[in-house]
Amino acid sequence: MSKAEKPGRARATKQVTEQVTEQAPGPGDGRRPARLAVRKTYKLYIGGAFPRSESGRSYPVTSSSGDFLANAAKASRKDARDAVTAARKAFGGWSGATAYNRGQVLYRVAEMLESRRAQFIAELAESGTKNAREVVDASVDRLVWYAGWSDKIAAVAGSANPVAGPYFNISSPEPTGVVAVVAPDKPLLGLVSVIAPVIVTGNTCVVIASERAPLPAITLAEVLATSDLPGGVVNILTGSVAEIAPHLAAHMDVNALDLAGVTDGAVAVACEQAAAENLKRVLRPAETDWFADPGTGRMTAFLETKTVWHPTGV
Amino acid sequence: MFEYAPAPESRDVVDIRPSYGLFIDGEWVDSQGGELHKTVNPASEEVLAEVAWATEADVDRAVSAARKAFGVWSALPGSERAKYLFRIARIIQERSRELAVLESLDNGKPIRESRDVDLPLVAAHFFYYAGWADKLGYAGYGPSPRPLGVAGQVIPWNFPLLMLAWKIAPALACGNTVVLKPAETTPLTALLFAEICAQADLPPGVVNIVTGAGQTGAALVDHPDVDKVAFTGSTEVGRRIARSVAGSGKKVTLELGGKAANIVFEDAALDQAVEGIVNGIFFNQGHVCCAGSRLLVQESIETELLDALKRRLGTLRLGDPLDKNTDIGAINSAAQLAKIRELSDLGEAEGAERWSPACSLPDKGFWFPPTIFTGVAQSHRIAREEVFGPVLSVLTFRTPAEAVEKANNTPFGLSAGVWTEKGSRILWMASRLRAGVVWANTFNRFDPTSPFGGYKESGYGREGGRHGLEAYLDV
Repeated sequence: MSKAEKPGRARATKQVTEQVTEQAPGPGDGRRPARLAVRKTYKLYIGGAFPRSESGRSYPVTSSSGDFLANAAKASRKDARDAVTAARKAFGGWSGATAYNRGQVLYRVAEMLESRRAQFIAELAESGTKNAREVVDASVDRLVWYAGWSDKIAAVAGSANPVAGPYFNISSPEPTGVVAVVAPDKPLLGLVSVIAPVIVTGNTCVVIASERAPLPAITLAEVLATSDLPGGVVNILTGSVAEIAPHLAAHMDVNALDLAGVTDGAVAVACEQAAAENLKRVLRPAETDWFADPGTGRMTAFLETKTVWHPTGV
Repeated sequence: MFEYAPAPESRDVVDIRPSYGLFIDGEWVDSQGGELHKTVNPASEEVLAEVAWATEADVDRAVSAARKAFGVWSALPGSERAKYLFRIARIIQERSRELAVLESLDNGKPIRESRDVDLPLVAAHFFYYAGWADKLGYAGYGPSPRPLGVAGQVIPWNFPLLMLAWKIAPALACGNTVVLKPAETTPLTALLFAEICAQADLPPGVVNIVTGAGQTGAALVDHPDVDKVAFTGSTEVGRRIARSVAGSGKKVTLELGGKAANIVFEDAALDQAVEGIVNGIFFNQGHVCCAGSRLLVQESIETELLDALKRRLGTLRLGDPLDKNTDIGAINSAAQLAKIRELSDLGEAEGAERWSPACSLPDKGFWFPPTIFTGVAQSHRIAREEVFGPVLSVLTFRTPAEAVEKANNTPFGLSAGVWTEKGSRILWMASRLRAGVVWANTFNRFDPTSPFGGYKESGYGREGGRHGLEAYLDV
């Protein structure tokens, strides 16, 4: 550990190192058998709860070196529908919350993620992320960045309009509604970078996690669940993108679609076509440097502009 | 009711050619294989002119011209593009009477509206976006946002020239070139606009006008060298466009149908509300995507409001669109009239009560009297589907929460109206109505500085204001 590192970080890492020592299956010392680790069951995250897939399906997730890590839940269409229902139910409350409150909640998510840095670094390393520490740091910082946008985006994306008549006229951004998000295969930074801009403005979402490396997404759900984020604002599904994404794209109670993580061109086109049925707003997949300054584009893609008129006079 | 002597606006100011070609690369050209179709005055069924329905080959030619012009046009300094747009705006003002008469002739809308609403807004729109052309770096889309390229634009027949202005002005200001297809029943003002472009010495190919119907529109939208698709029209066609451009990478903005709720609370200024309801649904014969076609009236004042509304409808004058006293003009086409009749008959069949004022309809042309349906349930098709005619469905509510729920109970989300004297209630309602435009104690107001566009199945993207630039910039 370099001396340049902050003491806080050092402490966090040390705690986890101890945890890891306790949990890891180590050799016995001759008097008692090696302790067997208690593994985590990775489930879905829907409506603030952690259900298994209603289908009872799961799929094995392996590390980059091919070792078995866990059986992740393989979400079904029914799970996707349940998630949309939960997201819709949460939309009124979350979009109606004050921008200040949403910002505080997102900042709280950053705090919770920070406190689990070591756990995420370890989990990302297992899933093949080379620069895990950098990724986790950037993810926390990304959340803090977006948290601050909650009460500023209206000033940047809205306007007072000088109409040629005796009217007060103002345009303000409002959340689009329920957004279905296919997260990129960048298990934490990519994931955080697609969720935060969607929810900070008041949308709720259903996210399909990276199919290859879904475990950090479910661990992130644990962070969300302990961050005062109302249940249903973020719902996370693990499983097959090709199976669930087109279903969400065609779902008539989904308002928008972020195809960030769709790498199969045919699936992307099929999703965009299905989205036309109820004119979902679609953010198409594009080459993205997730470490770069994200700009406001991922927020504004899921905002509507509402313009209100009222006569002036005495 | 007063008797009015006829006060027709002279149509001598317009000079309609017997037939029109396409305006491509700064020249009038004949269509390659496209048939000529007649465009009629819907108030008299008189043939006004013949226009070509452009073929795929014609569209291809227009797109190539626009592509060729894009290099030059996008390379011009913004200040030079601005001056062209200012010129166009000025010529529109200079020729506004001619344009207004031609619009009323081809569309059927009262001259009072084309003269006092459409044309002033058209000129204002060009003035507004002219000013943006050299200020794009300050619009919040980065220091030097780039245009997209060639814009394929398809516009409807309800506000032919105004919708052209909404499409062409921002596109050109941002440095794009355009191929625009006007609606098949109202091509004439777009063709006169082509003349205006020539008068303004706009470089050839910057604006191309191809006339035609759905097939021409589809050829334009699907053309591989079009970078941007802008469409105003029905949700059904909007869906088709969204599906057909999937995977093409084209930027799309859609301004589609609506079924707006116009909500009147018991404390509203009643006479003003009545005027707002009339303006909301009978303006432009109800051929307005943001028309207030569902009146939600608080139960306690239902009778009083309906009595006042019916009295007011008795004074509306239906007839010759060129008469300056006319309130309600002609329905734009036989097809639209058939659709309005079908949905209205269905309203009766489903159990709603139909009422129209005593109103004689001219013998020739396409006409439909102002009509109110009471006793309408949310499940009725006249409460759910866009009629796009002078037909108002009346529903009632008791509480503000119920009003919001009923207003939002539609796949559309273009506009809404609220009438109440209580300020806090206006803001409470406005924040809960899922619609792109909320008019409070007014209705159907438009301005180039004010973003317009829908939520949900009313489409996406905004036209007007700083927001309207985004549709034509690579951001």
